[in-house]
Amino acid sequence: MLARRIIACLDVRDGRVVKGVNFRDLRGAGDAAELAARYNAEGIDELIFLDISATLESRRAMSRTITAIAAQLFIPLAAGGGIRSLEDAKAALDAGADKVSINSAALLHPQLITTLAATYGSQAVLVAIDARGSARQGAYDVLSRAGTHLESIDAVAWAREAADRGAGEILLTSIDRDGTRAGFDCALTAAVSTAVRIPVIASGGAGALDHFADVFTAGRADAALAASIFHDGDYSVRDLKRSLAAQGIPVRLDS
Amino acid sequence: MEVLVVDYGAGNLASVMKALRAVGASPVIGAGAEAVAGAAAIVIPGVGHFSQTTSIDDRARDAIRVAIAGGVPVLGICLGLQWLFDGSDEAPAVAGLGVFNGRCFDLGSDRGQTGVRLGSDQGQTTRGVGTDPDRANLLAHRSDPGLTLVEPQSDPSLTPVEPRSDPGLTPLKVPHVGWNTVDSTGRSSRLLDAIPPSSFAYFTHTYAAPVVDDTVATTTHGAAFTAVVERGRVFGAQFHPEKSGDAGLRLLANFVRIAAGAR
Repeated sequence: MLARRIIACLDVRDGRVVKGVNFRDLRGAGDAAELAARYNAEGIDELIFLDISATLESRRAMSRTITAIAAQLFIPLAAGGGIRSLEDAKAALDAGADKVSINSAALLHPQLITTLAATYGSQAVLVAIDARGSARQGAYDVLSRAGTHLESIDAVAWAREAADRGAGEILLTSIDRDGTRAGFDCALTAAVSTAVRIPVIASGGAGALDHFADVFTAGRADAALAASIFHDGDYSVRDLKRSLAAQGIPVRLDS
Repeated sequence: MEVLVVDYGAGNLASVMKALRAVGASPVIGAGAEAVAGAAAIVIPGVGHFSQTTSIDDRARDAIRVAIAGGVPVLGICLGLQWLFDGSDEAPAVAGLGVFNGRCFDLGSDRGQTGVRLGSDQGQTTRGVGTDPDRANLLAHRSDPGLTLVEPQSDPSLTPVEPRSDPGLTPLKVPHVGWNTVDSTGRSSRLLDAIPPSSFAYFTHTYAAPVVDDTVATTTHGAAFTAVVERGRVFGAQFHPEKSGDAGLRLLANFVRIAAGAR
């Protein structure tokens, strides 16, 4: 049976993980690679690197980081942050990423989704959607440019359009929940996941092991992404997977 | 051990090259009949649309047949596996190599979901792209809320999207993306040697090959399909061994070892 995926997100600036890293035994430089290796050893299913500064220099540094990690780890790697063109995507994929995540650029130029899918295949194209509860009852707004700009399209409609344009997966982040540790937005995730036939990765709000079980059941997510819950060392990936397995949720648990 | 990785324009070869190096092989990228004719072992990788396999021209195709007949080990990965079959509903006019009998089918079609292998549309990884006339059907299919939402249906002909993936009432997700179990059919396999039963492997595909006599492992996503196929020294894996952690590396190491022993 297809396992529900657990994905760790590494927010990277100038090649270093910058958000909520609290491992005692991490050295300063190269911590992205160290974290990646650690998560891999714990059984992470996939890694996503987000360049949160997305300057040219930072992106070059991240490319080097991804290349170093890709040489060691044989699991899927995704890269995002500031990917606005075919050339940006090519640089990330050439560096060793298997997928790229596009967000604001896809809203600005939806045909970028199609271009990337035609060039690299849908499996290489993640469309990231940042959404929050709308003033419209039961609906969700889409925000772009790191959550600063309200788009006119509804989140479910945008997810459908992205899928129709060739996206391979949707990375859905709840702005309402991001950083709160209050749990994933299961209603948002379910609304999108049942509206499209491509996999949906839920993001934003993970704070406890049960939150993952919730988003895989009530939220109908195909995968769940978290950052600080792993970085802080509160729970290991293995703890999480064992907990999910004990609740009958299919996860990849080797050995 | 030098391994030819056939480049036919289907996706990024870097991860396959890297993984082959990690198991001690010396991969070289090549295309065309001459490269194939001199190869001691051949990997046909690939993600993409079945029609991309036409980039393997007739001479190269013949060279691969000759290599197989001569006992050169061949491993098809993902689209490369599908190409080893007769053909695919993804590009009905394009012939596969036909080493294995059967036609690849769309996991997302109602046929795929009920396990019946008949025609459908939808590009494997270039879904949503191009000018394929079947594309219109796909869009109509996808935008029909009766087919994409899990809601009570009165018309039984409009219920291909049965809730099949536990838990919850999610429609079957296609492409099939993620880690799934590779389950032995009970037939012995040199390619799967020392890989624990029901190991997880990483898949990303829409089309899949049917289960045939030479299938040594199956995976199920809606329908059961061939995860690993093997006859003599011809092998195929639907998943990506280069992205499947230790189990994937072991598979590649097995292939390289078989190839080294075949020289």
